[in-house]
Amino acid sequence: MTYAFARNAALPLRAGAGLVLVLCAALGAPAICLAADSPATAVDIKKFAFPKEITVAPGTKIIWTNRDETPHTVTSTDKSFASKGLDTDDKFEHTFTSEGDFSYTCTLHPFMTGVVHVRKR
Amino acid sequence: MSAPDHDPSGPGHNPARRQALNCLAAWTGATVVWTVAGGVPRALGATGDGAPAAAAKNALTFVQISDTHIGFHKEANPDVVGSLRRAIADIHALPQTPAFVVHTGDVSHLSKPEEFAQARDVLQEIRVDRVHTIPGEHDTIDEGVTGYLKFFDHDGKGKSWYSFDQGGVHFVGLNNVLNFKMGTMASLGDEQIGWLKGDLASVSHSTPIVLLGHIPLWTVWEPWGWGTADSAQAMALLRPFGSVTVLNGHIHQVLQKVEGNIALHTARSLAYPLPTPGQAGIGEPGPVKVPAGELGRLLGTRQLSVVPGRHDLALIDKPLDA
Repeated sequence: MTYAFARNAALPLRAGAGLVLVLCAALGAPAICLAADSPATAVDIKKFAFPKEITVAPGTKIIWTNRDETPHTVTSTDKSFASKGLDTDDKFEHTFTSEGDFSYTCTLHPFMTGVVHVRKR
Repeated sequence: MSAPDHDPSGPGHNPARRQALNCLAAWTGATVVWTVAGGVPRALGATGDGAPAAAAKNALTFVQISDTHIGFHKEANPDVVGSLRRAIADIHALPQTPAFVVHTGDVSHLSKPEEFAQARDVLQEIRVDRVHTIPGEHDTIDEGVTGYLKFFDHDGKGKSWYSFDQGGVHFVGLNNVLNFKMGTMASLGDEQIGWLKGDLASVSHSTPIVLLGHIPLWTVWEPWGWGTADSAQAMALLRPFGSVTVLNGHIHQVLQKVEGNIALHTARSLAYPLPTPGQAGIGEPGPVKVPAGELGRLLGTRQLSVVPGRHDLALIDKPLDA
């Protein structure tokens, strides 16, 4: 995984699908295999800012990484997801299964806001 | 002070007071002695060697520390516990033993129990009767104020706001870090404003008020959240009082503002400096890295003295390194 993401950029990637697929085969659980095949998007929290908007397909996992030296949280307005406090380089991930617009903020710095648009492609 | 200086109805019509409505960044490293009379601070002079001036014998003297961020280990200050212990040594060296210490929030960096425990243990090294703390946003990260209160519940009521009286002064501690709507500054919230109204109702208007809040109770720089969304409601409750001093932390630098009889002061941190409000070329309120020899000039403590019957409050901001 590369860490050289530009500020506010969202970069689609496949996250460790091969390893998870092996585990799926051993467990014989097709549902998990489907989940592992879903796309992931990595975004940075940097300079006290989230990406203003991210648009993904249903089933996409978004992975936030805090690149600041100050802790942040990723906390949704509708309480559907909430991270613990993220120190530098800590990650939080959430998979968006249903369509909709999901706004979120940082509870330490509520002026930081972002929104995830989940849309069928 | 003459009577008009205590007249709560007319501060907006006093040209001299209007001229005092300013913000001063005091990053000079010098120790400046302030006298606050009727809410208006006046600089008395600077002690070049950094030695604290002796307070009047009958004064109530206390010390403000802030933003210790216990648990922070990054380059801007790899030894925040060491910085706190240097501040404690400065407190112990004061010519007049302070009655108590107030800590205006961000006791911890990440709200971890081990950070709160270490902070409590080190603060207990201060040879004063009590350390009064209020929470900062770094103290309320994962479970609101619950984790903080396990170590710093002021009077065992499970609330993060409180008041007490000492030396003829009414002290109020507030929590202005938790209540917010997305995209806004944090606020005190209706429950706390209601409590404050009731608390102040029984206090005579001639009683000096000292109010503690982590985030500035005036809007220093809204794009960075350096303000309290409903501070105007709190200020309205404080306006009838002849002498109000608001002590804040959060922005890791000394600024002050005067609104009528209300003087608001932010304090230095004991962890790391932050940029000046909206500082050009920085863009966000993250820790500022300075050469090791300069850090001690940007961290520090504040001694405050209240002389009974005079409503004069003297403030001495003292950096760790003069």
